[in-house]
Amino acid sequence: MEAFFSNIDKVVDGFSWTVRLTLLSALFSFILGVILTAMRVSPVPLLRGISTAYVEGIRNTPLTLVLLFCGLGLNSALGLHLSDQVMWDVFWWAVIGLSAYTSCFVSESLRAGINTIPVGQVEAARSLGLTFTQNLRLIVIPQALRTVVGPLGSVLIALTKNTTVASVAGLGVQEASRQMKLMFDQGIAPVLPTFFGFAVGFLILTLPMGYLFGWLSKRVAVVR
Amino acid sequence: MKATPLVVLENVDKHFGDLHVLRDINLSVQRGEVVVVIGPSGSGKSTLCRTINRLETIDSGVITIDGSPLPAEGRGLARLRSDVGMVFQSFNLFAHKTVLQNVTLGPIKVLKKSKAEAEARGMELLERVRIANQAHKYPAQLSGGQQQRVAIARALAMNPKVILFDEPTSALDPEMVQEVLDVMTDLAKEGMTMVVVTHEMGFARRAANRVVFMADGQIVEENTPDEFFTNPRSERAKDFLSKILTH
Repeated sequence: MEAFFSNIDKVVDGFSWTVRLTLLSALFSFILGVILTAMRVSPVPLLRGISTAYVEGIRNTPLTLVLLFCGLGLNSALGLHLSDQVMWDVFWWAVIGLSAYTSCFVSESLRAGINTIPVGQVEAARSLGLTFTQNLRLIVIPQALRTVVGPLGSVLIALTKNTTVASVAGLGVQEASRQMKLMFDQGIAPVLPTFFGFAVGFLILTLPMGYLFGWLSKRVAVVR
Repeated sequence: MKATPLVVLENVDKHFGDLHVLRDINLSVQRGEVVVVIGPSGSGKSTLCRTINRLETIDSGVITIDGSPLPAEGRGLARLRSDVGMVFQSFNLFAHKTVLQNVTLGPIKVLKKSKAEAEARGMELLERVRIANQAHKYPAQLSGGQQQRVAIARALAMNPKVILFDEPTSALDPEMVQEVLDVMTDLAKEGMTMVVVTHEMGFARRAANRVVFMADGQIVEENTPDEFFTNPRSERAKDFLSKILTH
């Protein structure tokens, strides 16, 4: 274990990128997920169609392909750059890929939450004269969110672990798993303790998430 | 001197698939009038009530509220609905909002009143339905009768021209029916225009100006409560009354 701990600065640096990828992707996938859900339940057939096609398309594509498309396709082949620094360029492309992918799961969770809301809630809001968007914003989404806090926690945990795909798929973000691989390649750390160390590192990130979301979902639950 | 009626339904028809639930309905409700709609279950009376603020669409015919026809959708419909209160069988209070928030949501978001103004008025209304002391609780913490009184306050907060009641006491435990009917009777006395779908014959006798009897999607008979209950003209009404009145 000594060799692992003597390289702890590399480990911490790796996980700092993991956390940054996770937080930014979580934020964007949440926003995009809410928009996709709003489109999915809207009365406009075109919006519903776009949302359904997007969610079903991306959700059923392997994440590796989505990230390869961002990295090799958009970034390398088409030469689209989001930053002059390579480090940040690949980072933002990874965030885009992860957000594009994860938003589908956010949207599906939210839609499941919406389906649990009794239709009377919506009818009561309509009867007061709330418009469709007000109804969604004030009544439907807040109640749906409260019922899917638990599932969203699972999505976040999956996202945290999915950040490791970013480096495998050719986007060389220096996140934890890439850092680990570099340590192996350079022969500076023994394999098994290093594996173990990084696995614990992920546990330290994700276990509290699970507990936090579990606690939160009980706290905000809507009693009917 | 006959003022224009507040609610008018002309030749309204509606189908649910093969089922013809509303057959050529013609009904008008005057300002300040309390119309009670009764009839056997499946007669279309709830559907009729729900078409008036377009929670149910209609296949043909015209519905006008205060002289203007019901818009099909969009902001026009939302605006019109804000003038038409609705009280549901299952209360439908917003589960994630407190009692007071339930009552102030419409005034703040639709009528664009200030929060302070809406809350003052909200407390006044909760006082009126005798539930002000529960203002900061959530709906699930209240009994059915209390929830329904809050739902009435929520409707009143919009200063509606008319309130529709869709079987407001049918989901209540028997001992809670009276507290809701008392509030409704007070409203009727104060001159609120009301369309009430109910099985409460006592309320119909006490508070209604007119009873509308429906069967098989049609209005079979319309009369004053006294005339209707003591002297029903149609066979369907006689049959219905003989089944529900035990004296």
